[in-house]
Amino acid sequence: MAQVNLRKVFKEYDEVPAVRGIDLDIADKEFVVLVGPSGCGKTTTLRMIAGLEDITDGEIAIGGDVVNDVPPKDRDIAMVFQNYALYPHMTVHENMSFGLRLKKVPKDEIQRRVNAVAGILGIGELLERKPRQLSGGQRQRVAMGRAIVRNPKVFLFDEPLSNLDAKLRVHMRTEIKKVHQKVRTTTVYVTHDQVEAMTLADRVVVMNAGLIEQVGRPNELYHSPATLFVAGFIGSPAMNIIGCALEETAGALRLRLNGGLAFPIPEERVARYRPHAGKPNLLFGLRPEHVTDLRGPTAPGQCPFEVTLDVTEPMGMETLVFFALNGVDTCARTNPLANLQPGKRAQLLADLRYMHLIDADSGRVL
Amino acid sequence: MKPKSLRRERRWALIWSYVFLVVFAVIFLTPPLYMLITSLKTSAEISAVTLPWWVFHPTLDNYYALFTSEAFLTFFRNSVVVSLAVVAITMLISIFAAFSLSRMRFWGSATLATGVFLTYLIPETLLFIPLFKIFAFVQEWTGIELMNHWWVLIVIFPTLTVPFCTWIMIGYFASIPKELDEAALIDGASYFQVLTRVFLPVALPGVIAATIFAFTVSWADFLYPMAFTTSVDQLVLPAGIVTTLIKGDVFNWGQIMTAALLGALPPLLIYAFLMDYYIAGLTAGATKG
Repeated sequence: MAQVNLRKVFKEYDEVPAVRGIDLDIADKEFVVLVGPSGCGKTTTLRMIAGLEDITDGEIAIGGDVVNDVPPKDRDIAMVFQNYALYPHMTVHENMSFGLRLKKVPKDEIQRRVNAVAGILGIGELLERKPRQLSGGQRQRVAMGRAIVRNPKVFLFDEPLSNLDAKLRVHMRTEIKKVHQKVRTTTVYVTHDQVEAMTLADRVVVMNAGLIEQVGRPNELYHSPATLFVAGFIGSPAMNIIGCALEETAGALRLRLNGGLAFPIPEERVARYRPHAGKPNLLFGLRPEHVTDLRGPTAPGQCPFEVTLDVTEPMGMETLVFFALNGVDTCARTNPLANLQPGKRAQLLADLRYMHLIDADSGRVL
Repeated sequence: MKPKSLRRERRWALIWSYVFLVVFAVIFLTPPLYMLITSLKTSAEISAVTLPWWVFHPTLDNYYALFTSEAFLTFFRNSVVVSLAVVAITMLISIFAAFSLSRMRFWGSATLATGVFLTYLIPETLLFIPLFKIFAFVQEWTGIELMNHWWVLIVIFPTLTVPFCTWIMIGYFASIPKELDEAALIDGASYFQVLTRVFLPVALPGVIAATIFAFTVSWADFLYPMAFTTSVDQLVLPAGIVTTLIKGDVFNWGQIMTAALLGALPPLLIYAFLMDYYIAGLTAGATKG
């Protein structure tokens, strides 16, 4: 069993807080991704789990044992670094077996394990090469192989794909997922790329400014973000977030975006939003896929409106269209067959059944 | 056209490169050549008024005289022992010092690193008189006689070599990405194993450069042996050649040149032997990963 538990973990560099008290429980065999912008504390958190950084305050436990004062080599973890950190003077085989050789594992056992892992990763024919003779993707595999071969309690990945080109990154992402499905080791993975986070994780931990914003399954984060930050961070293209007012007239709730545009709040949300009517500083959030071109009859909660388009971006399977709403650049995902043109008026449809109402002051999704 | 002018520029750059390279080659290679020519001459021919760049009656007498001279062989042996010992001591100290100064951040490590470099900036000419004082002091307190012993150079030369070698190694170690030691630490290596199994192999060009430097300094240093050793059996090569082959105002040029040439041979062989490896290591380190 190798769960990882963080209790009120703090980290300060010369009095500057990097991680400001986080609690996180990672279950055995779970794949957890820490995601957030630069400087949010995700890498620091990972390095504290690895033992490469001291913990200023709090407690980290691996497999139930508190490891605050345990050196990295005794934590039974393996780490894959962003720049791979392969030993340049060793062959692939020597790189992978370095940890085992230090532990004085018998030679035939090392041989067996290296070959098995090389098989999983498809690097069997590279074993005698030096790192400099490998491509970026191959180095990445070797770095993973070096981690897997030690059969540790926990894998730690520090932005392992960010040195690869876009195509290879997508490919290696799938590879990592496959490997995890085969090896089933508890994994903590740090990235700034929310797509990577969504695709890889059992659970995603969104961090911002040294704190955890939200922990949840990828779809949970996507469909019910808890905070303004998560709503804006997860999803590409990003959620449209527009200043709005919530008006109550004769018992009916209306979402007013500007003088000419107001949408009725869908039936099922009325009770939830009514207490917030009239509040200042409210934001209206709606994902681009819930703003579409107008096709056929509308269901309750779907609100047609008309705007002038600024830009269209044909993607093939869909066309992204952009228009200004309340001074905010807003994105809609439309059917290419609707053939919307920049500079022209267009009939669009906002599906308010998927809307989010956000309190800008507290940053909470209401 | 642009490519044409580029080609012309390249041609001019090459021409100038050759001009300067030839000038430097001539300047640097003439003295050894002259030494070689002179070493093959008899004293009579050296003092005769003939073309100095040609040997009319080549002879190996000078070589024979030196190789049968017990004094010269003693100098040679002293030099070898001193240099090897100094290289060993220097590398042992400076590798550990450089590793700790570049990697194990501790209180005052940055100041210490600068201090090491400043030490190197003090010329030996300033130090040999204070060193006399220290020798006298040591003898007064311990009764150990430091003057006029070849082995005292083993103690003194590291004061010249350690600071510079440490500085070179700090530079090389600093160029090793931090993740490499972290990876090794996670893989289960101790600090000592990080040094021996990762740092030294990766920084091998630096180790070799430092070794060459330490060897060259201790092999060729002239001032300290002249100042601190006097008896013929305690001298190393540079001091020995000058002390024994110049008698009063009689310069035995043939043997002086021969001895100097033979003395220059070991460093030359070491360079030749290590240079390929040294350059190979340099270029391997230059490409990332």
